[in-house]
Amino acid sequence: MLGRVFTHLDGLTAVALFGIGFALLLLDKNLMKKIIGFSMMDSGIYLFLASYGYIEGRLAPIYAEGISDPAAYVNPLPAGLVLTGIVVGVSVTAVMLGLTVRLYERYHSLDIDEIAEKIRREGK
Amino acid sequence: MMKKQKNDRFASFLDWLENGGNALDEEMQDALREEEPEAPGKQKREKKKKSSDKTADIAKKPRKAYADSWWYRLLAFAVAAALIWLLMEAVDRMPRFGAADTLMDSELTEFYVEHTKEETGAMNIVTGIILNYRGFDTLGETHVLFIAVCTVLLMLSIYGEQDEKKRLAQGALERYFEPHHDVILQSAARLLTPLILIFGLYIIANGHLSPGGGFSGGAVLGAGLILYQNAFEYRKIEKFFTYKTFKWVSVCSLLFYSLAKGYHFFTGANHLDSHISIGTPGNILSGGLLLPLNFVVGCVVACTMYALFTMFRKGEF
Repeated sequence: MLGRVFTHLDGLTAVALFGIGFALLLLDKNLMKKIIGFSMMDSGIYLFLASYGYIEGRLAPIYAEGISDPAAYVNPLPAGLVLTGIVVGVSVTAVMLGLTVRLYERYHSLDIDEIAEKIRREGK
Repeated sequence: MMKKQKNDRFASFLDWLENGGNALDEEMQDALREEEPEAPGKQKREKKKKSSDKTADIAKKPRKAYADSWWYRLLAFAVAAALIWLLMEAVDRMPRFGAADTLMDSELTEFYVEHTKEETGAMNIVTGIILNYRGFDTLGETHVLFIAVCTVLLMLSIYGEQDEKKRLAQGALERYFEPHHDVILQSAARLLTPLILIFGLYIIANGHLSPGGGFSGGAVLGAGLILYQNAFEYRKIEKFFTYKTFKWVSVCSLLFYSLAKGYHFFTGANHLDSHISIGTPGNILSGGLLLPLNFVVGCVVACTMYALFTMFRKGEF
């Protein structure tokens, strides 16, 4: 597997990004860092999708003068899919940050265990 | 009107200061510090009893959470490592980067590349796909952005009566202490903001001819607005961009998108009889609905970016 690292560099980078984000999500108690981890997982997925649309030696998916052969252009489909993903990622991040702001205003902490403890003590 | 509002805010801030500033926080902390009587009966409580007995006063020693324990960290690390290993094995079996036989090199792709120019009039195939073939998907996306802004607006602006006062006070504080004469930032912004805005409009207008489109151009426009807001006072950007502007631009854009796409679909989504000429591919005024739709999407994205930033910065619009 190690020998093929350099031919699959993009995919492995995407997986590494995804894994780092996932580990951050599990291991860190700070809500902001959890959100950062979530965004990193997002980025890993975008990189993965976008990189598999690339085909070596072909043109970008914008019609060049007089070339309409499908074999001349890279795959335009993943670009469209990643666009959707990025927009939804921005929206989800914004909502998560909004929730975090409210939690911080109520409990004066970003530590998820501390917040849980305070909620428990409030008796809810 | 504006000045009166500002004075009101400042008055409420002074009110809040006179009432002891952080009194609310201390009140809440006192309430938290009070030991609650154990609720009997529930079996779930039985397990927790042990740990809450151990730490009678939270002020001195907080309860040790399971996330601090070594076995949780070890388990989490093992799960993450296993996931990474699994995904790496999967990636290793995929075609190499840039190979001609990538998994996504399918019939659909060939169809898009062959037909986008004749059917949609777009030179940029990606724009043709996302605004024509997958137009409803993009409509949903724009709505997702709008709904996200609405959610954040709700979360950051609905408070109880006492918190409301505190929030207004903080808004006044933010306005009072914002930098008024940051010369370097203001000179740079004066020079750059028009260029950034024009570049954003260029990206949007050329979305069907060259790389770009509504989403990227809208993000650039939003960045320009954010720079302007950061460099100058709130008062200045509120001359032309307020909550009302945001509301009208976003809603009208979404409405136009919905109606245009609805018309397009009701008259035969395959351009059978839609009465919208696609013009000569390559001209700036071509591509039928693509250009207006790009503008509409750009407006929504710019408004969303600016609105999110503003709301997180001062907690209100």
